[in-house]
Amino acid sequence: MKAFIKAISYYLPPKVLTNKDLCDEFSGLTESDIVKKTGIKKRHITSDGVVGSDLGFFAAEKLFIEHSIDKSEIDYIIFCTEGLDYKGPVTACILQDRLQLNQNCGAIDLPYGCTGFAYCISIAKALIESGQAKNILAITSDIPSSVIHPEDLELRMLFGDAGAATLISSTPKEEIAIGAFSFGTDGSGSENLIVKGSGTRGPVDEAWLEKYKEVGGLKYGRMQMNALEIFNFALRTVPPLVQNILEKNHLKKEDIDLFVFHQANSFLLSVLRRKLKIEEDKFFIYMENVGNTVSASIPIALYEAMKAGKAKKGDKVLIAAFGIGYSWSGTVFTI
Amino acid sequence: MDIHEFTKQIEGEFEDVEPGTLTPTTNYREIKSWSSMYALIVIAFVDANFDVQLSADDLRNSQTIEDIYKIVMSKKSS
Repeated sequence: MKAFIKAISYYLPPKVLTNKDLCDEFSGLTESDIVKKTGIKKRHITSDGVVGSDLGFFAAEKLFIEHSIDKSEIDYIIFCTEGLDYKGPVTACILQDRLQLNQNCGAIDLPYGCTGFAYCISIAKALIESGQAKNILAITSDIPSSVIHPEDLELRMLFGDAGAATLISSTPKEEIAIGAFSFGTDGSGSENLIVKGSGTRGPVDEAWLEKYKEVGGLKYGRMQMNALEIFNFALRTVPPLVQNILEKNHLKKEDIDLFVFHQANSFLLSVLRRKLKIEEDKFFIYMENVGNTVSASIPIALYEAMKAGKAKKGDKVLIAAFGIGYSWSGTVFTI
Repeated sequence: MDIHEFTKQIEGEFEDVEPGTLTPTTNYREIKSWSSMYALIVIAFVDANFDVQLSADDLRNSQTIEDIYKIVMSKKSS
């Protein structure tokens, strides 16, 4: 039994943070500086109290409507985020109820960041192809804005909140075929991109809340990024990842019609594109209106690439996800 | 690539820098339009042309284009 991606939808929270908003707040900054540095003009952010599973819920509802999906057929839900509702119960259980999915439904959380979408699809594929499930709803949804200190301009320029929902199914109709996956991990880089105070190691305490009192306490933690090291990590890791994905799928670079990478930062993406000698029209960037949306970035870019006719029926699309961990993974989709 | 060519090419990568501003002994952080973006540009340039990775520490420990050039050359030969 083969697994296919049947449908993708995404949801953005209504509140928008524009470059002008940032320039009004930070003196000496210009809108064109931000665009030059990140390729981003605006990003959507959640209002206080709205969490990742809310965006995921809306993305899933949108998926059911946009693609006329009979949700009673869903027999597994994977919820991928770095902002779970609780340590227990599993947030996917809460979403099963909220989305009114069948009770004969498996449910797991996948606390993953930028590589999350690739992990979701690989797990869904494994579940389907081993006969354990037939229709899997994979939600990748993140709210990085909730763990960014207002003074961390670099992070605020870059990250946006979003939820994406993908249906992976065993239906052997003409759907998006999923190729072989490549994976990689290097935990020695964990400190270079990390949300401090977000778990059991060094949790938020009184001193923390006092320190960040002026900005609401940063009670979900604070994201810290060493931009130079992350940049180096991507330059070092992504080219071999792409090579590995091609080898695992018995393809050459020329066989790929479109490359869709994790939408980390458009400057980094263009450096990677040049390094990999990929033509500009075969390399999709969708960041201008959404920013880096962590685990939702690849499904959003894929959705937009298909909508814009950049990824057409029969095309081979290589996806490469990389980031926090360090972690990296990717595969080839045949549209 | 000698130090002068290296300096000239890096200068070419910096969009907002007037030609002739950068010399091997310029403290690059004192360039008027210097921003953290330039550090990424230097890393990308060195990666593309020398297949060498400059770390955050390498940049922290350097002041001038010549310092960077020396680090690149020593990493290249090691």
